[in-house]
This record gives sequence, C-alpha cells and structure tokens, in this order.
Amino acid sequence: MTLTAPPAARPAASGPDLTRAALSGRRRFTNHLATSAIWFAVLLAVIPLALVTYTVIAKGGGVMSLSFLNEDIPNSYRREGGGMGPAIVGTLLITGMAALMAIPLGVFGAIYLNEYGKQRPLARVIRLMSDVMTGVPSIVMGLFIYISWVLLVGEQTGFAGALALACLMLPVVIRSSEEMLRLVPDELRQASMALGARKWKTTLTVVLPAAISGITSGSLLAVARAAGETAPIIIVTGIVFSPNWNLFDGSNTALPAQIFRNASQPFEAAQDRAWGAALTLIVIVLGFTIIARFISSRFAIKER
Amino acid sequence: MASNDTNLTTRPSVAVHAPGTTISGADSANASVMQLRDVSVYYGNYEAVRGTSMPIQQNQVTAMIGPSGCGKSTVLRALNRMNDPIPGARVSGDVLFHGQDLYAKDVDPIQVRRRIGMVFQKPNPFPKSIYDNVAYGLRINGIKGRLDDHVEEALTKAALWDEVKDKLRKSALALSGGQQQRLCIARTIAVKPEVILMDEPCSALDPIATAKIEDLIFELTNDYTIVIVTHNMQQAARVSHYTAFFTAEVDEAQERHGRLVEFSQTGKLFTNPADKRTEDYITGRFG
Repeated sequence: MTLTAPPAARPAASGPDLTRAALSGRRRFTNHLATSAIWFAVLLAVIPLALVTYTVIAKGGGVMSLSFLNEDIPNSYRREGGGMGPAIVGTLLITGMAALMAIPLGVFGAIYLNEYGKQRPLARVIRLMSDVMTGVPSIVMGLFIYISWVLLVGEQTGFAGALALACLMLPVVIRSSEEMLRLVPDELRQASMALGARKWKTTLTVVLPAAISGITSGSLLAVARAAGETAPIIIVTGIVFSPNWNLFDGSNTALPAQIFRNASQPFEAAQDRAWGAALTLIVIVLGFTIIARFISSRFAIKER
Repeated sequence: MASNDTNLTTRPSVAVHAPGTTISGADSANASVMQLRDVSVYYGNYEAVRGTSMPIQQNQVTAMIGPSGCGKSTVLRALNRMNDPIPGARVSGDVLFHGQDLYAKDVDPIQVRRRIGMVFQKPNPFPKSIYDNVAYGLRINGIKGRLDDHVEEALTKAALWDEVKDKLRKSALALSGGQQQRLCIARTIAVKPEVILMDEPCSALDPIATAKIEDLIFELTNDYTIVIVTHNMQQAARVSHYTAFFTAEVDEAQERHGRLVEFSQTGKLFTNPADKRTEDYITGRFG
C-alpha cells in the first residue's frame, strides 16, 4: 500500500486547475439541475409506495391477530370479529395451483421459442398471441373461463379460479422467461455442443440453470400479479365463509375478492376486515418473493 | 505462478520447440487423421471459403493463419460440424475423418463432436463449479467409473490441477482468464477426443497465460491431434508442426472468398515459402 506523493506536494501553479471551481457556471448549473431532478423523481416514485404501505399497515394492523388469520369469515358483514381464514386458504390453493399449471407450461413454451422455434412462423405466431394475451383484461379472462369451464362443470370451483389465473400468468411467464433465455450467452451453448451434448441436454443442463434466477423472478412477478386478481375470482369461484380445501368441489374464495366485497360495505367491521385482508395479501406476496429468491439463489451458482 | 509440481516439470519449454524444428520423418511416419478435399463452405449463397484441400496429421499441431476474414475459423468449425446450427451454412467437398466423410447423410454430428472437440476464442466456462465444468462432458457422455479421477486427470493434463485442487467446488467464473481457458481445455480433454480444434485460444489472454497454453498445446500432442487457428504468426511458428496460410481474394464477381494459399511444414512455410502471397504476409508486407 504505497501511495504516491500527496497531491498537495505538487506545486499548485504548474499543473492545470482540476478543482470543481474551474468548471463553467453553466455546466455546474446543469449538473446540479440533473442531479436534483433525479432525486425529485425518486422521491415522487417512493411517495405512493410508502403511503400505500403505511396506510395498509396502519389500518390493517389493528385487526391483525392469529384469530383473524384462521377464523371463518362472518356471513354477515355487519358482525364484528371473525377472520379471513377461508380466503387465505383459497388464495394459497388457487394461486398455487395456477402457478403449478402456468409456470412449467410457460417455461417450456419459452424454451421452444428461444431454443427451437427462433424465427420460424409458428414461433412468431406464438409470440404474437402471447403478446395479445398479455393485454387481455382479467375480467374478460374470467368470463372466458366461466363460459368454457364453469358452465361445463356446472359449478363455481377454486379450480376454475386457478384456470383463469393460469391463463393470465401464462403469457407473462412465457415472455419473461424467453427474455432470460435470450440473455444466456451463445458461447455456453456452443461449448456444450462441442463436448458432444445433444440439444435437449444442453438446454436442460446449461441454458436453463444459467437463466434460472431470472426465470424465477419473472415467474414470481406473474404469481404476485395473479394473487391480486379480483375479477376472475369473483366470477368463477363464487364465495364461501368457511375454508374449502378442495379446489375441485364447491365454491371457494380468495383475499382480493374478500377485500372487494368487504370494502364496499357501509359497515365498519367489514371495512376493517378488508384492511386486514389487504395487509395479509401483501405479506403473502412478500413471502412468495422471499421464498422464490431463496430457491433461485440455491440454484444459481454465485458469480464469485 | 509457475507450478513446481514434479509431474509438470518434465514439460518442455516452448523454446525447445523452435520454429524450423523439423519433425523427424513427419510426412511418412505420421498418418493423417483428417483430410480435407476441395472443401468449400457456404453461408446461404455466399461462398465464404473456396476449395480447400489439406491433411491434418496425427499427434501434430496444425496451425491456420491468415488475415481477418480469410475463412480460417470457418474451415476450423467445419471440421466438427459447428457450423451446422447456423441457418444456411453448408459444406461441399469431403471432410474425411479416418477416411469417413463427416458430412455423409448418416453421420450424427453429436458423434463427430465427441471425437473432435473444440476450444473457443473467449474462455467460456459454464457458470458451474470448476469440478462440474470438467465433469460435465463426462456426465453427458455417460462415462462411468470414478468421476473424481477423470476430473483430476484432465485438470492435471491441462496444467491447472495445482492451482485449483483446493477449490474444485468454487465457481469457475472466479478463475482468471488464462485459468478459465485452461479449464476449457481440461473440459475438452476430459471426454478424450482424438482431435482438438482451437479457435484463437490465446487472443484474449496476456503473454504469460499465452505461454502456459502454448506449453500445454505442445504437451497435448502426446495424446491428441491439434488444429489451431491463430492471428499470431509467432505463435503459429512456436507451436505448430504444419501451417496452412489462408487469405481472402476478390473474384470476378467482386465477391470475397477465403482461400488456402499454402500448406506445408511450419519451418518451411516460415523460412522458405513457396508462394509470393505467403512471403508478403509473413514478412509483414500485407495483412
């Protein structure tokens, strides 16, 4: 750790003036302006985030308790107490089932698009369709599942909700996974190929592990979005007041639907439950994020 | 940096194998493991390399030199069908490996690449541990037996074992560029190919790392046949027994094609080239 001569030892007069004061006033002004604008933008972006978090915690924290998490939903909005147990069960089951359907399908779809289909006509059509599908409003997806599944089976079920959510997640998973696969350097594929690996082996053992953490993040965004979907749940899963652990038999409910129903009541007890449900939902999504990050960090080998 | 392991000290230094060193009876004693006969490589309608014919001698180093865009890498990649996935790429003529045309209909490119491995310009270790990088080829090729022994053997041959033996489970990406490239060589030799193709393996490395790789190349000729593409004429003169000089030429239709100008023993090509274009290139008058 030998340092060269300290700057002060250098005769000040001989060298060029490197201090900030030497900059022209206009440049200094522009620099300050840009920096302040960036800080202002950051603050502006954080305000809604902080306010939402604060409000939900402040209002939902009051009703939060262990009994709120596992008690049944009162079948009268007017009644105080009770909990969101059935909605938590419903959210976990429905979102979980939707993820189970959409993520493998979406990842395999992305593998086809990026590794096999590339610019072939079929791949282009799939890409276009999934872009279109991303733009389909969730309520339209709910109605689609109502017509094509609920009317067919004859009852509203949790599984119908999972189907609708899976349809909403699928295009997001496909496109985000494809982007992540595209980021995997071609050199790795070539290296594997030059060792005599078949394409599926290369994809499975080199490309996918290299992209896994990005794919996990993308899929997680899709799960988080699906967990908050309200409209399709209301349309295709109906409502229950005690937990229904069976996705295939009978109606179910989920937190977003309960937030909507309870928040639109004039009774304070119902509104409190809505805030509590909102807080629970945020915490659940946060939990998903943490779990997924943990899993992907176990998968992916560290850079250093 | 230099390892003092006794196993490795027998490695001859590069200087021993100076340019012009004649390989005793090279032409007669060594069988050619590969043979190119009038090989042209096309990308779509564009003929990137035209009519190349040359042998690749067993357990010798064959260098391909020439200016940028002369098609030397293209020819190299044609030797183990690495051009296959490029849309529109095709090869005419015969690329013979032990007398068998690699581009015959019933030839499986996977089988070709298991016998003819490749090391690339940029070190490209998998984002896995050092151990898994070397074991990868063994695993996918279903090589049974003690994986640990195979990995140690390959790393030792690649002159990397002493530097990494205590951190086999660490990420390969933490190694330096030169170590990464030797890891890539270890990965390639682990599956025991007959021929190793090297596409400018030292162009991303500093002189010390380059010297190590060159030592290694010389050492590897005991077991393997090596074809190396290089920009660096001194390198070709140092490491190779045979040299092929390529250049790009513009034909009547104003299209550039890579062409093989001269192929001969390295000593002869650098001291007494038969072709004027070779002489101009190696004396620095062109390219």
